[in-house]
Amino acid sequence: MFKSFLKLQWKSFFRSSSMGKSLGIKIVMGFFALYFIGMMAFMGSTVFFLLERAIPNSDPLVILSQYLMYWVLGELLFRYFLQKLPVMDIKPFLLLPIKKSSIAHYILGRSSVSFYNFSSLFFFLPFGIVLLIEGYAAMHVVFWLMAIIGIVLTINYINFIINKSERTLVGIGFLLLAVYGLEYFKILPVKEYAGKLFYAFYDNPLFAIIPLVTAGLFYYLNYSFIRNRLFLDASLQKKTAQANASDLSWTKRFGAIAPFLQLDLKLIWRNKRTKTQVFMSLAFVFYGLLFYGMEDMGMGSGMLVFVGIFMTGVFLMNFGQFIPAWDSSYYSMMMSQNIPLRKYLESKAMLIYVSIVFMFLLSIPYVYFGWDALAINFSCALYNLGVNVPVILFFGSKNKKRIDLNKSAMGNMQGISATQFVVGIPLFGLPMIIYGLFAFFVSFEAALIVLSVLGVVGFVFRNKILDSITRIYRKKKYGMIAGFKEQNS
Amino acid sequence: MIIVENLKKKYVGITVLDIEHLDIPKGQSFGLVGNNGAGKTTFFSLLLDLIQPTTGKIINNQIQVDQSEVWKKHTSSFIDETFLIGYLTPEEYFYFIGELRNQNKADVDALLNNFEDFFHGEILNQRKYLRDLSKGNQKKVGIVASFIGNPEVVILDEPFANLDPTTQIRLKSIIKDLAAKKEVTVLVSSHDLIHVTEVCERIVVLNKGEIVKDIETSEATLKELELFFSGEEEFQENISAS
Repeated sequence: MFKSFLKLQWKSFFRSSSMGKSLGIKIVMGFFALYFIGMMAFMGSTVFFLLERAIPNSDPLVILSQYLMYWVLGELLFRYFLQKLPVMDIKPFLLLPIKKSSIAHYILGRSSVSFYNFSSLFFFLPFGIVLLIEGYAAMHVVFWLMAIIGIVLTINYINFIINKSERTLVGIGFLLLAVYGLEYFKILPVKEYAGKLFYAFYDNPLFAIIPLVTAGLFYYLNYSFIRNRLFLDASLQKKTAQANASDLSWTKRFGAIAPFLQLDLKLIWRNKRTKTQVFMSLAFVFYGLLFYGMEDMGMGSGMLVFVGIFMTGVFLMNFGQFIPAWDSSYYSMMMSQNIPLRKYLESKAMLIYVSIVFMFLLSIPYVYFGWDALAINFSCALYNLGVNVPVILFFGSKNKKRIDLNKSAMGNMQGISATQFVVGIPLFGLPMIIYGLFAFFVSFEAALIVLSVLGVVGFVFRNKILDSITRIYRKKKYGMIAGFKEQNS
Repeated sequence: MIIVENLKKKYVGITVLDIEHLDIPKGQSFGLVGNNGAGKTTFFSLLLDLIQPTTGKIINNQIQVDQSEVWKKHTSSFIDETFLIGYLTPEEYFYFIGELRNQNKADVDALLNNFEDFFHGEILNQRKYLRDLSKGNQKKVGIVASFIGNPEVVILDEPFANLDPTTQIRLKSIIKDLAAKKEVTVLVSSHDLIHVTEVCERIVVLNKGEIVKDIETSEATLKELELFFSGEEEFQENISAS
């Protein structure tokens, strides 16, 4: 029985839509995965020596143990956002002559070999090997690793019991802060206590049984929970959100594009992926801090133009790069309706304009780093308005990949094709080159003026530009319709 | 109203649709039947300019559909659930379509009033997004949305599938009413021979992309169609020939 389950699992992985993607994306994704694994392994193998040097005359394992509690809490938080028990996948099995208990074991067993569990092992395994080389008792190290595996599995199963309850999320977050606070204000040396506890797993191999037993316990809890809820109306049902009617009549002042604007606002607000993207975009306001904080960056650096373009245009990129794929699931309806394509694009452009102005306003506090910072961000915002908006709309006409709106934005590669990689070149490269040339040969001010003028000119002629982009969209219509229909693109 | 000339659609060398000539006059209720893969949806997609014909053309009210977009003003359609916007509530969807067809809220509300019994209290004011409705209810929304804005041509692909019996009967009377006014040309495709013969004045049978029958509906039509689709027709012809 389990063998056929495993076979299915294998197929579902290799036939999943993300595997069917083009070779280029596979390579990029593979590269990221390798990079991630490599980083974890690198950290795992060097952290021992780093700790040794940072805090001399102490046992690095003791120090590491003190921080393991943060790891546990952090991982719980992290998984809350990313990992979900794949209960929906088992629907087809319910009708087959398979015992419900084996189905329950299958989903749980399968989750224990998930990527999330392995990712921490990529850190701890090299660390364990270093311990062995450094002459720690082999028996103890092995049991310590077993304890770690037990903890990872416990986290894994606790996560499913928490299962997206926001209250526990807040609880964990609060606990994390509280622990840190107690430590920071020297009220209670929590770290030390926790360190002793985690060190005990190494010190006394018998203790290593504890995490393994807890993992088993939580497994059993999950098992009995799932086993009794394998019904269509219990755990297998998708949650349906209550629709909230929203009054968007204020958009009427935008005239003919109002219906599309309303549609876009609803699109953004009522779908997971777009909503996450809005929040991520807002967070990127702090992106500049990374660069402005650096001493050696200097105001003349082209890097700051990159930062400016990025900060004021983050929504332009996040949202704009997938126009019109956002509407892919009903694109054929849009195309058979009495829709002026021009108005459709205009509404998208309007949305991006607003976002650029808004992000610029948010970035005003950078004036703290000098008026230059404000000037750079301002001219970058202008450049985004006038030049990058048409650029991104133009590249949108090359989008042929469908996007499922209900999937989360995190690590979601859906809708990504070569276009998304190419579009970055004109978006960032061009303004950086322009800026670099003028700043080098003329002056910093001249470079900013050129960027601003380009932006203003583009904005003034936006109607003409939009007209020709509309023509391109019309020409590519059939390809888009056919592309958006492909479920597994 | 709709004239088809030498229409051909090929995919990598395989012809999926080949209609030499077809003329659908204004106000006719036109039924398209055929097995899976006969080319019904391909024909409707061509009619809506969602795919390009390999050769030939379709003229909708003197407008060639792949040359101008003016036909969109008097044509409305519902092909499948991909015509719905999942994150809207039914009301929002109706108003959105209404706005595209120059109907204000009051116009749309007035139209929706006529369909209250069709909706059976499961569509309006449910505070549910379209993506969370059942297949049948989604279909109801799509069908009614295609009646918004006084279209002259209404295209419905498989409108009876997934509907409950009560709604099927209601839909039949709605289509009959539309056709009776002689203003609206209704194009319906279906697998259900009984429904089509009931509502359509004319039935065209597609088989492997070609028109094999073009019948004015009469008492005998259902029998004729059943005979054709059971594959016994040729058999009988063979017998009578011998």
